[in-house]
Amino acid sequence: MIQQVEQPLIEIHDLTVTYHRKPVLWGIDFTLPKGIIAGIMGPNGAGKSTLIKAMMGLVPVGSGYVKLFGEDLKEVRAKVSYVPQKESVDWDFPASALDVVLMGRYGKLKWFQRPRKADRDVAMDCLKKVGMEAFANRQISQLSGGQQQRVFIARSLAQDADLYLMDEPFAGVDIATETAIVELLKEMTSEGKTVVVVHHDLQSAENYFDWLVLMNLRLVASGPIKEVMTKELLQETYGGKLNILTTVTDLLNKQDFPIREK
Amino acid sequence: MDAFWIILTGILVVASSSILGCFLVLRKMTMVGDAISHAVLPGIVLAYLFSGERNSVLMIIGAAGIGLLTTFLIEFFHKKGNVQEDASIGITFTSFFALGVILISYFAENVDLDQDCVLYGEIAYVSLDPLLIGNIEYGPKAIWLLSFVFLMVLAVIIPGYRSLSLTTFDPNYAQAIGISVTLWHYVLMSLVSLTTVASFESVGAILVVAFLTVPAATAYLLTEKLKNMILLSILFGVLASVLGYFLADYSNGSIAGAMATASGILFGIVFLGKRLYNRYHRLTAVSQN
Repeated sequence: MIQQVEQPLIEIHDLTVTYHRKPVLWGIDFTLPKGIIAGIMGPNGAGKSTLIKAMMGLVPVGSGYVKLFGEDLKEVRAKVSYVPQKESVDWDFPASALDVVLMGRYGKLKWFQRPRKADRDVAMDCLKKVGMEAFANRQISQLSGGQQQRVFIARSLAQDADLYLMDEPFAGVDIATETAIVELLKEMTSEGKTVVVVHHDLQSAENYFDWLVLMNLRLVASGPIKEVMTKELLQETYGGKLNILTTVTDLLNKQDFPIREK
Repeated sequence: MDAFWIILTGILVVASSSILGCFLVLRKMTMVGDAISHAVLPGIVLAYLFSGERNSVLMIIGAAGIGLLTTFLIEFFHKKGNVQEDASIGITFTSFFALGVILISYFAENVDLDQDCVLYGEIAYVSLDPLLIGNIEYGPKAIWLLSFVFLMVLAVIIPGYRSLSLTTFDPNYAQAIGISVTLWHYVLMSLVSLTTVASFESVGAILVVAFLTVPAATAYLLTEKLKNMILLSILFGVLASVLGYFLADYSNGSIAGAMATASGILFGIVFLGKRLYNRYHRLTAVSQN
């Protein structure tokens, strides 16, 4: 089930990426509308991160193209923000949480310009949005994994973009914070911004996303979450690997089985 | 007066190299600095053969060019050839260095450049080679050259500070917001090459690595801010060159060697001091609970 949209915000056409001659993305072709939160889901090694990286021009593309806002990334860079995986950097770097969030403003500055007070205010505001204002001056290696993740989200917010591509932003984040951030993202989409999130947890997906992209090397499905979140499509994506427990709870939920006998 | 020039030479070498060293340490690339410092040898010898004098602009450019080629080859073997990075460093710089050794031994008669000088430097003689314009002496040539390199380092690092720190911390993100990671990589490597070549005569190809690494690593132990790390590393570098001079004067040994040793001792003191401090604080924290 692949639902294409009119006037897409993101258009990915026949995208193939290979790594050491092995394909990691094969013929991915879908479109996403504006103003939604979209989840990208699939098993480990399905190429979710690679897809996001290909959209950000961080991996060489074998064939096909990505258009954001109907244009090449180069033309619209200022409108696009990216949250890399937390593990991709060394957190022992000598910088405070605020320093890292300020990096989100660098794209708006010339290479020799220093951040101004207005930039600092934006950065501080973004830390507040993810509930990290108390840790602004804390060295980043002294933050917990979840807090580091929130610093990354804040840095992305500081870019004040129209499209956010987030690679597993909720990894290691506690459930209360995760819910708060999702609320924040929903607020942003109501202002016409678009958020694409690589996500792992099937349980929460239904509450978080408007749109779901299921993939496993190839694209399995893309469409409104209600239509994509079906047993058949999930089975097709995860194959035999779909966690039995998840299926069971899913069925229980759907059919209103009591988990415990009353 | 000699002492003044020697210490000033030392300070200029460590000032440039510790600033660059901070970025090398944070990028986990100090071994690339090591590689460059060795690999520039054939460049120095060749340029010297052509120009017939030391400290010429040609020599600087030629040798720095080979330094850049080294970093390019290291990346190339690593990324395209699937060779581990440390192996690729080992292959590249030893080959260049060996080529330099062959060149020196081959042209030994025509070249006033001996292996000891290249490897260990002769900072004690800097004042013997003054810059002459007409008949007037304007201080040692090495000082002018090193000052020029130091100013160049400052002229790039100060305005490029944010781009360099972002490409160091999170290259993916830097690329995503349109800052060229490759460009800044080669900018940094060019500066390292320049500094190495300019310093080789005074401190030698081996000891310059000490100045690229040790002050920056010492500063890294003490601070949580990149800016402070850079300032502290310069401070440690300067301290090491002053201490080193008097150490050498006292022991009548190699000055450059003593400067490198002094920076090593400073590192040791800071390292131990930090451990003791941490232990003491942990103990008091425990006893307070």
